[in-house]
Amino acid sequence: MKSTLKRAGYSKVQRQMNDVFIQFTSKVIFLIILLFSINLFMAGHYTPGGGFVGGLLAASAIILLLMAYDYETVKKMIPVNFHLMISSGLALAIVVPTVLFFFGVPFFTHQHTYVNVPVFGEIALHTAVVFDIGVFLTVAGTSLLIVTLVGGTED
Amino acid sequence: MTTNILPMLPIILPFLAGVIMLFIGKRPMPHRMVSAVTGLLMVGAAAFSVYYVYVNGTMVTFISNWSAPFGISVVYDMVAALLVLTTSIVMFFIVIYSFQSIGYEREKYYYYPMVMFMITGINGAFTTGDIFNMFVFFEVFLLASYVLITLGSRKIQLQEGFKYLVVNVVSSNFFLIGLAYLYSVTGSLNMADIHIKLSNYDGNLAIMTIIAVVFIFVFATKAGLFPLYFWMPGSYAAPPMPIIALFGALLTKVGVYAIARTFSLFFTNDAGYTHQVLLLLALLTIVAGCIGALAYTDMKKIIIYNIMIAIGVIIVGFSMMDYAGTIGAMYYLIHDMIIKTALFLLIGFIIYRTGKNDAADLGGLIKQHPVVGWTFFVAAMSLAGVPPFPGFFGKLFIVESAFDNGHSIAAIIVLLSSLIVLYSIMKIFIKVFWGEPAQPIELKNIKSDKLLFAAVGMVIVSTVFGLSADFLFPVFEMAAESFYDPSSYSNYLMGVE
Repeated sequence: MKSTLKRAGYSKVQRQMNDVFIQFTSKVIFLIILLFSINLFMAGHYTPGGGFVGGLLAASAIILLLMAYDYETVKKMIPVNFHLMISSGLALAIVVPTVLFFFGVPFFTHQHTYVNVPVFGEIALHTAVVFDIGVFLTVAGTSLLIVTLVGGTED
Repeated sequence: MTTNILPMLPIILPFLAGVIMLFIGKRPMPHRMVSAVTGLLMVGAAAFSVYYVYVNGTMVTFISNWSAPFGISVVYDMVAALLVLTTSIVMFFIVIYSFQSIGYEREKYYYYPMVMFMITGINGAFTTGDIFNMFVFFEVFLLASYVLITLGSRKIQLQEGFKYLVVNVVSSNFFLIGLAYLYSVTGSLNMADIHIKLSNYDGNLAIMTIIAVVFIFVFATKAGLFPLYFWMPGSYAAPPMPIIALFGALLTKVGVYAIARTFSLFFTNDAGYTHQVLLLLALLTIVAGCIGALAYTDMKKIIIYNIMIAIGVIIVGFSMMDYAGTIGAMYYLIHDMIIKTALFLLIGFIIYRTGKNDAADLGGLIKQHPVVGWTFFVAAMSLAGVPPFPGFFGKLFIVESAFDNGHSIAAIIVLLSSLIVLYSIMKIFIKVFWGEPAQPIELKNIKSDKLLFAAVGMVIVSTVFGLSADFLFPVFEMAAESFYDPSSYSNYLMGVE
């Protein structure tokens, strides 16, 4: 962006440093979006939602922060390596379906069980969730990596 | 049988290797080791699968344990087994070849993981029994190939890569449209199920013909058939040599495989029309490829136009859809994947050694490289289909089938094209290895032991394949059965329903 402006003839790019409104509201909205993305992620198995949408929404929350602050600040707030995020997401996505062979079932046949937890009562444990976390990480990592690379902040 | 891991291995292994390499980071040496070991493992697994399928018949896995017409099934029949084995061999040698040719910078920027992801997609497209899943795997290997074609960001690569991207996005779009039509007619996406539903189909034939034409358009674009090959010579000449070899040997063949699969399983009701269109396109492809192969002296271009000729010949075999035609096409398909890799690797060695692309600038290399020269000669003979080499058997069956079906012109064009192939490849051989160069050539001092190992290795694989063609005949007969007798492909559904 900056280099494009420079080529267009603007010698010094004016950047508004004190955009208080967007910085303040984005701090609040960031949390709401993140919570909603987790909600969508958890809803995924039986109702619309899942790792892909959840990941995109989580990425969009962080992109909102990137717009309000600059790259360095966001990096300080959320010290995550996007490469590692994509790699671990892909690893979960391939290892989980492969490991399921040990249950003596075909590729991708997810296993689940119910456990009783004192406060929450009966909850389901499902291997599909682990796979979906992989999808979540991959999607979020990829979209963030693309935005930061195209934005040209990482040089 | 359903819990057998074997049919999933060609998809799991390269993907796992790619992910491991992503974790390793940007260090090339571990990448090389992981990818070479994976290549060996895949060759072993695929060879065992060929044996297993030969003994036990088609392997079927229902992914997620959803029974067949509803879930995605992986159908590992002999066609898939042979293609996966060839893909693994080609990938192993190309990976070895890349060690000394692709360059440190590209290795650092995830060259090997991208090769692995591309192989994942290709193997997936070969083995899946679900037409929508095939579309997904097409996208998987296309995405990886977009990265590979532009990796390195030279100007020509970006220019040709963009063309490649646009062409493939458009054709993938039409693939999806064709799938939607097909689904609206049959109400199923499982290929075997669609075959059963269409074999007693009494609806409107026009809609099936339209779907067939949409599918021809899509796969012809991917395979580089006649009117839609315009992107191929340019795009395939842009990236470095190992990537060209991968694309030329594998990507176009996936399109050919998809044509063979869809036209044997789906479009059998109006074969008089659809298969004639296919035959006509194949013959025009051969003619166009011959013109290109004669016109150029650029070595890469000649081989790329030779890919087109080979694809035309294979499609002639598949458009006959009878016993001899499909056996010939299977032989020629496997042969062409191996020999095109070998030729690209040999040409690549010459280009890396001399720094020149054009055969007309070279000469007299036989003094410095007698082994490469004679290996190239063997590869050239094999490409043209001289008897002891594998190309002969494929062409024999294809020509025999064409004469049987009364397509004498097609048979004569296939035969004449062999002469032109021989001429175009001998042109390279004579210009590069015999005579004296116009200007003295400065040979570059490169490390070349692995380049030669891979290139000569591929030629040896091809020769062994040619010599054992008789021994392998039952295997190919079994593979061809999936095409000329498609009910043998779809009868795994009988036990389920």
